[in-house]
Amino acid sequence: MSHPTSETMIEARGVEKWYPNGFHALRGADLTVRRGEVVVIMGPSGSGKSTFIRTFNALEDFQKGSITVDGIALSNDLRNIDAIRREVGMVFQQFNLFPHLSVLDNLTLAPVLVRKRPKAEVAEQARALLHRVGIAEQADKFPGQLSGGQQQRVAIARALCMEPRILLFDEPTSALDPEMVREVLEVMQNLAADDITMVVVTHEVKFARHVAHRVVLMADGEVVEEAAPETFFTNPAHERTRRFLDQIL
Amino acid sequence: MPSLIRRLRSELFATPGDAVISIALLTILAAAAAGFLHWALRQAEWAVVQVNSTLFAVGRYPIEQQWRLWLLTALLAAAAGATWGMLRAHPRRDRTGRLWPRNDRLAVAVLIAVALWVPFALGLTPAIQLRWWLLTALLVVIRWLAGRFGAGLPPALKRLLPIVWPVLYLVGMVLIGGGLGLARVAPAEWGGLLLTLLASSFAILLCLPIGVLLALGRRSDLPLLRWGSVLYIEFIRGAPLITLLFLGQNILGFLLPGGLAPDRVWRAAWVLTFFAAAYLAEAVRSGLAAVPRGQLEAARSLGLSSAQALRLVVLPQALRVALPAMVGQFISLLQDTTLLSLIGLLDLLGVARTVMANPAFLGRNAEVYLTLAILFWCCCAALGLGSRALERRLDPHAVPSRV
Ligand SMILES: Nc1ncnc2c1ncn2[C@@H]1O[C@H](COP(=O)(O)OP(=O)(O)O)[C@@H](O)[C@H]1O
Ligand SMILES: [Mg+2]
Repeated sequence: MSHPTSETMIEARGVEKWYPNGFHALRGADLTVRRGEVVVIMGPSGSGKSTFIRTFNALEDFQKGSITVDGIALSNDLRNIDAIRREVGMVFQQFNLFPHLSVLDNLTLAPVLVRKRPKAEVAEQARALLHRVGIAEQADKFPGQLSGGQQQRVAIARALCMEPRILLFDEPTSALDPEMVREVLEVMQNLAADDITMVVVTHEVKFARHVAHRVVLMADGEVVEEAAPETFFTNPAHERTRRFLDQIL
Repeated sequence: MPSLIRRLRSELFATPGDAVISIALLTILAAAAAGFLHWALRQAEWAVVQVNSTLFAVGRYPIEQQWRLWLLTALLAAAAGATWGMLRAHPRRDRTGRLWPRNDRLAVAVLIAVALWVPFALGLTPAIQLRWWLLTALLVVIRWLAGRFGAGLPPALKRLLPIVWPVLYLVGMVLIGGGLGLARVAPAEWGGLLLTLLASSFAILLCLPIGVLLALGRRSDLPLLRWGSVLYIEFIRGAPLITLLFLGQNILGFLLPGGLAPDRVWRAAWVLTFFAAAYLAEAVRSGLAAVPRGQLEAARSLGLSSAQALRLVVLPQALRVALPAMVGQFISLLQDTTLLSLIGLLDLLGVARTVMANPAFLGRNAEVYLTLAILFWCCCAALGLGSRALERRLDPHAVPSRV
C-alpha cells in the first residue's frame, strides 16, 4: 500500500448546501484529504455523502464554506470548474457509461476532446487500461452488452484514461449483484496501491478496513467521526458511529 | 410446404368456431380482391395515367431541360448504391456483417421487377424505358462495387462519403432551378412528384436543426428563451397548416419588400419547415427527457464542456429515442404537402386535379387517386424502412442480425 504524503489534495471547510427546494443537505462539513490517501466515507442513507463528494468536482454547488482541490479554490468561476474536472475523475453508482459509444470510444472520448491528445495514442492507452481492469477483449462491444461488474470496471477505466489526480467513487458496488462486487473492489484495491488520491463512498466494510487510510462517518450533513480504520471499527470516539456500526456489522 | 399447411390449419381452423370465422373472413377478402381486380383490369382506363405520366412526375418542367432531372436521378441512384454498399462493407464493429443479407437480395429483386414492369405498364417510349433500366442497373452495379471493394478504399476517400449527400442536395438544387450557367427554370414550373419531394425534403432537412434548437430552448434556464420556444411551439401546433400556408403566402409578401419576398413555392416550403419544426421539437423534447441525468453528469465530470456533452453524449441518445416519432412527423409532413394544391401549387395532388379537370379524362378520378395513393405509399414506406434500418444500426442493445 502506498503512503499518503503531507501535501493536501482536497480541503473542505464548513461546507453548507441548501438544495433549491430549501433542504439543508450539508451543515458545515469538513474534510481534508492528502495526496495519495484513500478515504472511505460511510454513513446512513440520506446523510449527504453523495452531495458532499459531488461538490468536490462541482457537480453540486454549495452556499457557504470553502473547498480547495489540488490548490484550486472552487468558486463559481467556470474556468476553475473546468480545470478541476480535468483533474478529478468520478465513478458513479449507476456506471453512467455512454450507451451509444463502444467501450473503447467511452474511454477515448474525453482525452481526445478535452486534453486534445492524438486518437491513436489514447486508444493504445485505453486498451492498456482495459487490460488492467481485466476486460481487454470487450473493447469493441457496447456497454449494454456487458455485465454490471464489467460496466463498472469500464467506468473506472474511463475515469483513469483522463489521468486524474483524484478519483471519487459514489457507492461503486451498490448497484451490482453480490457476485460482481468482488471484481470491482479488486480493481479499486489495485488502484489504491498507486499514488492516486481516492475518496470512496461505500458500505463495504472489508474494503474500508483493508484499503482505506482513513474512514469517515457522515451523519445529517456533517462529518461526525474521522479515524484510522482499526480505531473506526473497534473503538470509535462517538456514540453516533457506534450506533451506525451496530446496524451494519 | 406441409409445415405451412399444418401451421395454417392450427392457426385458422383450430376449433369449429375459428373455422367459421376464418372461412367468412377469407370469403370476404376473396370477394374484395376479385372485385378490385375486375375493376383494375376490366373497367379502369389507365390511359389517364399513361398519357400524363410526365405531368405526374415533374409537372410543367420544360421538356428541353428535363435532361437535368435525368442527370440528377442518375446521381441519386449512384449515391444511393454507393451508400448502401459502403454500409454493408462496414458493419458495426460489434457485429459480423454480410455483404448480401437476404433483405438486400429481396430489395434488389423488387427494384428490378419494378424497373422492368412499371415503365412497360405505363407505355413509356422504348428510349425512356431503357433509361429506367440503365438507372436501375447503375444503382445495383454501384451497390455491388461499393460492397465488394468499399472496405479497401483509402480512409481519406471514405471520410468524404458522408458529405456526398449534402453536396448532392445543393447540386440537385442547381440542376433543378438553374444557375451556374444552366438556364433558369422558375419554381412555378416545378410540379408533380418533383415538387412534392422537393418541398418535403427541404422541410425535413431544415426542420430538424430548428426543431432541435426549439426543444433545447424549451428546456433552457433562460426564461426568455424558454417562453419564446413554448409560445412558438404552442402557437404553431394550435393552428391548422392550411391557415398557416395562406398566412405565409400573404404575410411573407408584406414583410419583405418586392423582389426579396421568396417565390410562392419557397414561401410554402418555409411554412412547411416552420410548421414541422414545432412538432419535431416536441418529439426531440421527449427524447431529451429520456436521457438520464447521469449521462450529462458523467460527461461533465470527464471535463467535457456543456456544449460538447450535449452534442456528443445527450443529443445522439435523445435523437435515437425520438427517431420513430420524428419519422412519424416526416411521414405526415410528406402527406401534408398535398395542401400545397389548395394554395394553387402543382404538387402531386395539384397536378392530379388539373388532369381530372381535363374533359378528355372525365370520370377517371378513381384511377388518378389510386395512382396518387400508391406513389405516396411508396415514399412513406421508403421513409419507414430507412428509419427502421437506421434504428437497428444505432441500437446498442440490438442482437447482431442473423441473415
Ligand atoms: N436534488 C435534490 N433536491 C432536494 N433534496 C435532495 C436532492 N438530492 C438529494 N437530496 C436530499 O439530500 C439529502 C442527502 O442526499 P445524498 O447526498 O444523496 O445522501 P446519501 O448519498 O448520503 O445517501 C437526502 O435527504 C436527499 O433526500
Ligand atoms: Mg448516495
